[in-house]
Amino acid sequence: MISCAEAVRQLWEYLDATVDPARRAEIDDHLSLCARCCGELEFAVEMRRLLADSGGPELPEDVRGRLNRKLKELE
Amino acid sequence: MPVRVAGTTDERAAPPERRTPKRGPRSAAGPSAGPGAERAAERKQAFRELVGTQLPRLYWAARALVGDDAEDAVQDCMVKAFERFDQLHDPVAGPAWLRRILINCCRDRLRADARHPDSVGFEEVESFSLYRKIAYEDPFPYSDSLHLDFLQEFGREDVHAVLRRLPDLYRVPLVLVHMEGFLARETAEILQVPLGTVLARLHRGRKLFEKRMWDYAEENGLLKGGSR
Ligand SMILES: [Zn+2]
Repeated sequence: MISCAEAVRQLWEYLDATVDPARRAEIDDHLSLCARCCGELEFAVEMRRLLADSGGPELPEDVRGRLNRKLKELE
Repeated sequence: MPVRVAGTTDERAAPPERRTPKRGPRSAAGPSAGPGAERAAERKQAFRELVGTQLPRLYWAARALVGDDAEDAVQDCMVKAFERFDQLHDPVAGPAWLRRILINCCRDRLRADARHPDSVGFEEVESFSLYRKIAYEDPFPYSDSLHLDFLQEFGREDVHAVLRRLPDLYRVPLVLVHMEGFLARETAEILQVPLGTVLARLHRGRKLFEKRMWDYAEENGLLKGGSR
């Protein structure tokens, strides 16, 4: 079985599905037996959510005002 | 760099003209009230609506890519997109089309301002695990979900502040994939580098992001158990 260090090193790639199938199977095997790496995996998922959510629908009012003014000026 | 999105064409194809009965040069309606002017007004309105709905998204993507230059980058994007609006034939492709233009505008700014050299200690970063660091340092001793508690200390401005601490080389692919939702191979195409290069920069960028999150949390008092 691959080591925790090896499994952890590629967790984001595993989540992105950019690891090759053989590697994926090795990581799956490791995760099925290692609670700590499952914790790492869960944490990686949350980290990715944090990044994905840092766009967001709100805009600071002053920024919105300036950008909207610019938009109206376009001719 | 050309911008290619489904539903658009690169060549400056003339928009389909509406067939209108030929009028003399001095028609009764006057020179400014013809179908051309009407169409221009409709086009401007459609453009404003499209950009209006996308402004928050464009702004936060620009913040992540070029920091304090974000507003200028969004303005560049609006000007360029307005000039090329006739190339957008499928309105559904509008948001993706705008994002591509924005990313190009941000890239122009990054190229013009290459402040950050690639001077990150590889060893320091490669062996770092934020998960283990949090477990080991145990910053929230009374918590039974300390990893989530750690992440919850980070507001949107904090995440952007951490991103700004990464060199462009790593921040840009990280933002394109994990904030903007592009695939690694799409990112390679946007940045015009091989896929392997993008994957390597993503790997290192993530590690660096974890490390800088911990540094930022320490420096900004985020580790005092929700005392902010
Ligand atoms: Zn393990």
